[in-house]
Amino acid sequence: MADRRTRFALNWSGKLIAGVVIVGAILLFALIGPFFTQDPRDSDNPALLPPGPGNPLGTSSLGYDILAQLAEGARGSLIVGITAGLIAVVLALFFGVVAGYLRGWTDEILSLVTGIMLVIPGLPLMIVIASYLPVRSLWVVALILGITAFAGPAVVLRSQARSLRVRDYVAAAQVAGEKTPRVILVEVLPNLLPLLAAQFLFAVLLAILGEAGLSYLGLGPNGSITWGTMLNDAQGGGALTRGAWWWFVPPGLMIALFGCGLSLINFAIDEVIDPKLRTAPAAAKRVRKARKAGLDKLGTSAGATEPAPSVSDPDRDDRSDDETTEEKERVEA
Amino acid sequence: MTFYLRRLAFYAITLWAAISLNFLIPRLLPGDPFTILLAKLQRSGGISPSVENSIRLLLGAVEDQTLWEQYVHYWGNLFRGDLGVSVTQFPTPVTELIAGALPWTIGLVGTATVISFVLGIGLGALAGWKRGTWVDSLIPSTTMMQSLPYFWVALLLIFLFSVTLGWFPIIGAYDVFKFDAPEWSWAFVGSVIYHAFLPALTIVISAVGGWLLGMRNMMVSTLSEDYITTAEAKGLRPRRIFMTYAVRNAAMPSLAGFGVSLGFVVAGSLVMEQVFTYPGVGKLMIQAVRNNDYALMQGVFLVITLAVLAALFIMDLIYGFIDPRTRSNNG
Repeated sequence: MADRRTRFALNWSGKLIAGVVIVGAILLFALIGPFFTQDPRDSDNPALLPPGPGNPLGTSSLGYDILAQLAEGARGSLIVGITAGLIAVVLALFFGVVAGYLRGWTDEILSLVTGIMLVIPGLPLMIVIASYLPVRSLWVVALILGITAFAGPAVVLRSQARSLRVRDYVAAAQVAGEKTPRVILVEVLPNLLPLLAAQFLFAVLLAILGEAGLSYLGLGPNGSITWGTMLNDAQGGGALTRGAWWWFVPPGLMIALFGCGLSLINFAIDEVIDPKLRTAPAAAKRVRKARKAGLDKLGTSAGATEPAPSVSDPDRDDRSDDETTEEKERVEA
Repeated sequence: MTFYLRRLAFYAITLWAAISLNFLIPRLLPGDPFTILLAKLQRSGGISPSVENSIRLLLGAVEDQTLWEQYVHYWGNLFRGDLGVSVTQFPTPVTELIAGALPWTIGLVGTATVISFVLGIGLGALAGWKRGTWVDSLIPSTTMMQSLPYFWVALLLIFLFSVTLGWFPIIGAYDVFKFDAPEWSWAFVGSVIYHAFLPALTIVISAVGGWLLGMRNMMVSTLSEDYITTAEAKGLRPRRIFMTYAVRNAAMPSLAGFGVSLGFVVAGSLVMEQVFTYPGVGKLMIQAVRNNDYALMQGVFLVITLAVLAALFIMDLIYGFIDPRTRSNNG
């Protein structure tokens, strides 16, 4: 067991397809949407126009076209989200994988930093940092979000790296005299890819939500349009009390849709990481069908009862794999 | 015992780091909060030299002190429980403002957190038990709930139930026209619950999906363990297998997660409080940010961090007690 070929073959289920389609559509909207819509800061339109011809999603209280703002906002939000996600994952790789692989003092110190960042509440920290920065570009906001979000993924990656470092193929590479960075990059990292991908998608979603929160409070990027600043404008422009639902519903819905798409992809990745999630429900289904079939047979032929197949059969392989790892760690300790 | 010592050391270091961070952020970041603040104060009619001094100290605008001297001074003030004076509500001490806001946040977010935990764990356990049936196809929709920006949910709820239907109030924690100050009467408690309904609903909607999903996945894993098969083979009643064999074991990770989320109750829903104008810690902090009230802002940040640390520490102790594996599995 524990072969080094990564089993990163996604199960192309309906969930995954739906997720990829949603995320792809929103990315496409952000990329080419702004070319087909009005200037998002063109205030020539009548104010607070409900959706109709000319302005498919209506206008804001300053006469901005909501659809144009939504497209431009998609760009802003995605730039912040993806940049922050990348920063968080790179930091998490360093703090998680290096700590998990090296152990000893390096591990202690890196884990301490991770632990501290994990415990200090993220949004208040972001608010404090952002409020001391008079000028905030998209990139600065992304940086703040990325730095405050790396701890969670780092913890996950560290525990996985700890279990990988005792695998045979890693030991083989060490014995063969490979240098530590090479072992980490070539032997350990590829096996972390599914986990890393899941953490990245999650970090992107968290960053987009975080940006929306910051922007709603008026601490977002100045001068740029994101879904968060749209919500802030809507709040400031009294969209709620004036019944302008077309102003504040779309940006939140876009965030929710994008997050939903990312989560659906994460579902598929989760099933790769933990095969039990896929095999166990299928096994339970099989057992139920077998029982039903058995009962049918009972009714017709009144024969002997068939023993129902065990629920835990299909995943026995995976568990034995985990157990050997645990055993090895115990032996080493 | 090393487990507890290690944890204790970790919390001590984290506490030091959080406080030092609080000290360093205003000093290391660009921008000149002191000048902004002083200008603002002078516009609103002069300040006494002692207040100016304390603001200087807080923001690191003291010319004749080294960074180290300021740091020592800062710790001294902390130990005396002096977090400075608020500028927006001059001259109320920051500690007093926070003490007034804390019960509202803890009451609202705490209750909502418990409700969403119980609801999520219960539904998740059932969903895991019914694995492989039509229930599985409902599971992905829970993530939709998780990826909703929660303050946007709050906006929708307000628009729907307060503005359009007029069933619930838009702002505040109690009816300020009926009651001058919080009091102990049924009418007042009723008013508080009435005002807390939509904010609590917001939290439950955005939090319940996560609990549900985590619990469901743990249930699925647990139900495929050999001891479950053994229990089935022994002919135990399904109800007994469900409660005693599956749920008890599957709930452990969620319980740890519950401890963490209890810790973050105070930090909880800053933006949500702003949306509902709920007089809690979050609104206090945002109000401080808007008015450049740096002393108040940093005081709130410090209190939030301390609350998280304290709650996590207590939870760690309890969890080490419930689940002995955490103690042996150190590092």
